[in-house]
Amino acid sequence: MCTYQTTSIAVTGSGKGAEGWFALSDASVYFDHPVHAAADHTLNIDLLNPARGPGFRVALELDPHSARALAEAILQSLDTAPPGLLAAETAGTGGTVRS
Amino acid sequence: MTDAMRAETVTISGAGGDAIEAYLAQPLDRSSVGAVVVIHHMPGYDEQTKEITWNFAAHGYAAVCPNLFFREAPGASPDDAAATARAQGGVPDERLVGDVAGAAEHLKSLSSSNGKVATIGYCSGGRQSFLAACSLPLDAAVVCYGAFIVSTPPEGAPVTVGPIAHLAKDLSCPLLGLFGAEDQYPTPAEVAELEKILADNGKTFSFHSYEGAGHAFFATNRPSYRPEAATDGWEKIFEFFGRYLSA
Repeated sequence: MCTYQTTSIAVTGSGKGAEGWFALSDASVYFDHPVHAAADHTLNIDLLNPARGPGFRVALELDPHSARALAEAILQSLDTAPPGLLAAETAGTGGTVRS
Repeated sequence: MTDAMRAETVTISGAGGDAIEAYLAQPLDRSSVGAVVVIHHMPGYDEQTKEITWNFAAHGYAAVCPNLFFREAPGASPDDAAATARAQGGVPDERLVGDVAGAAEHLKSLSSSNGKVATIGYCSGGRQSFLAACSLPLDAAVVCYGAFIVSTPPEGAPVTVGPIAHLAKDLSCPLLGLFGAEDQYPTPAEVAELEKILADNGKTFSFHSYEGAGHAFFATNRPSYRPEAATDGWEKIFEFFGRYLSA
């Protein structure tokens, strides 16, 4: 079913989509119907820059197991990054949950 | 079956008089035809929904599918448009009703129109088909596994989506409901609850639930596709439209 649930956050960084590299400003995360993946529901991530237009999007559709593995890999990468480098990059930036 | 048909992108006047994109399919070899507004699902104004639209033309009906995400993402690919619309909270119910009204008027303006119009929707479109049939003067409506008609969406859903069973008293036309017995959204209990509400309001309706089928059993490009249920469902749709969309 269409779950309607959507978590939206503000992000800072860059992504590469059909239009090439572009600055990111938003992300949507939701568990709902995929467009391409062969499943009824997937964990979907849209990395967006609405100001650039709908085509400026990096899209992912992952099965739940893969999505958890990715989330854990992301957290592990951050937890094991050199502390000095991480502090220099995280001062006052990105990741505000809107809804 | 229609032998000659035409399918193309057109512009219709939607809610608020907005010019929006729509996909129109119509038979060319017959006059005085009924018409169907096809309401696309949340993944968007996509190839699968256009196939459904021209399938109605192949069976002798004019059909139009308005692009409900056109305002948010004109010219975008269906999945990009769906993502943009989702990030902005989805389609407001009032706007949906206005777009369906505009689509119905467009169908009635065709020289081949017999004046009768129905709506059909799948999944989120199923809920919207029910909403349109309770808000507009229609001749028939079909709901395919529409969730959140009687139940409340979960926390985190956009504020535009809420239960609409209270509108049943205003249902303007006969209603056909097609559901999967294994579906969880809506559950068989929710389907039964809607049946009771419709019966209590003296409405004309016919609901069918398919064993061995869950949500999205009509979707030929998904693992949820159930050929037997979909084949029987299509037969019921065309029997229903034959009864209520004929002149």
